[in-house]
Amino acid sequence: MNSGFWRQAMAVARRDLERERHAGEVVWVTIPFGAIALLLVPLAVGINQDVLSRIGTGMLFVVVMLFGVLTSIRRTNIETPPQRDAIALLGIDPVAEFAGKTAASAVVLLVFEVVMAAVAVALYGIDISGWWWMIIVLPLTAIGLAELGTISGAIAASVQAGPALVPLLVTPLAIPLLLGATQTVENIDPDGGNLSWLVLMAIVVLVLAIVGVLTARPLQETR
Amino acid sequence: MPASNFHVEFSGVGVRIGMATILRDVELTVAPGESLGLFGANGAGKTTLLRVVATLLKPSGGSARVLGVNLDSPDRFDVRPRLGLIGHSPALYPELSLLANLEFAARVSGVSLAAAAEALRAVGMEQAADRPAGEASFGMQRRVEFAREIMLQPDLLLLDEPHSALDPSAIELVEHIVAGVLQRSGAVVLVSHDVDRVAPMVTRTAELRGGTIQ
Repeated sequence: MNSGFWRQAMAVARRDLERERHAGEVVWVTIPFGAIALLLVPLAVGINQDVLSRIGTGMLFVVVMLFGVLTSIRRTNIETPPQRDAIALLGIDPVAEFAGKTAASAVVLLVFEVVMAAVAVALYGIDISGWWWMIIVLPLTAIGLAELGTISGAIAASVQAGPALVPLLVTPLAIPLLLGATQTVENIDPDGGNLSWLVLMAIVVLVLAIVGVLTARPLQETR
Repeated sequence: MPASNFHVEFSGVGVRIGMATILRDVELTVAPGESLGLFGANGAGKTTLLRVVATLLKPSGGSARVLGVNLDSPDRFDVRPRLGLIGHSPALYPELSLLANLEFAARVSGVSLAAAAEALRAVGMEQAADRPAGEASFGMQRRVEFAREIMLQPDLLLLDEPHSALDPSAIELVEHIVAGVLQRSGAVVLVSHDVDRVAPMVTRTAELRGGTIQ
């Protein structure tokens, strides 16, 4: 990959983050809604600290996944056909575009995850003694969801199905990430027994990256 | 196939989308230094033809070469940075400022950011550089798209109804940009349904009727 590739990928990532900074959809809409979703569960099941601390990790990642899908839908919506044409005519490498979009989405999702994790700890009283795993789990989840969102958005644009298709594509494929993240954090084992879940997540992230790279050009051409 | 002397060389080009035939047997050449005005009624296939020339739509049949590259070959992707297209609707990002939109194109294309600021000045938009594109008028957005083409200096410039929503000074700007491309031995294809307005900018005209050039 030459310097042009990285220059283009960084330009796309910077553009998407700038757009997000100006629109503020994640900060002002997605994060508050995510926090409310986390707040609704204790109201629904009652304030039983044992129950809440047991379901806390799972609830956190369910909310992360569902709102990750919302973020993906939003990102599918924001590119118009003239903008796509302009991008293609700038001669941008489709793989650089995939990498840039995924990087920007991952940053946005990571911010969302960190805030949600803090809210979950506060609301559910989760034991945070082994949460250093989160340093690995949160970025992997963010990257995986970002890859899924970028690929799904490109597929939806390609078949002109609109954003309705995105949750149908993202949600089932995000299940291994959800399982991996939840199991890694819930079954903390100092001897590394939960490493297999991390490996599963890493494999999912890697496979999605390969799919994204291989499909970038055909999807750019048919959208 | 021998190297082409034309920037655009179409022979028997057809485009089918679904069951509909949009273009058929299009014969078209545009030489370096030439500005072609393509006229036709609504639905004649003008925009579709422009998208084929822009390599954004593959022909269903015939032979098509743009800037010497066959549109059937993967090399068509390499030709894209040498093309400029200003379509019906602005392709700017509404959240970004007018200057930031240009700077994005500059970063992707490896052009200096100073060139982006200079191009914005050239179209008289430096005072509005920080205005979000979504808050700029259609005419202002159009000017920024012209600035992008000034900055990127395409060898083949494609304009789809360039006069829409422009004031007289902006129309002069279009004429200036077209003249600049031709001076560099580039070529221009200009699509319009308004023959009179476009006539001063073109060296040759063609009419598209029923999906083919008459």
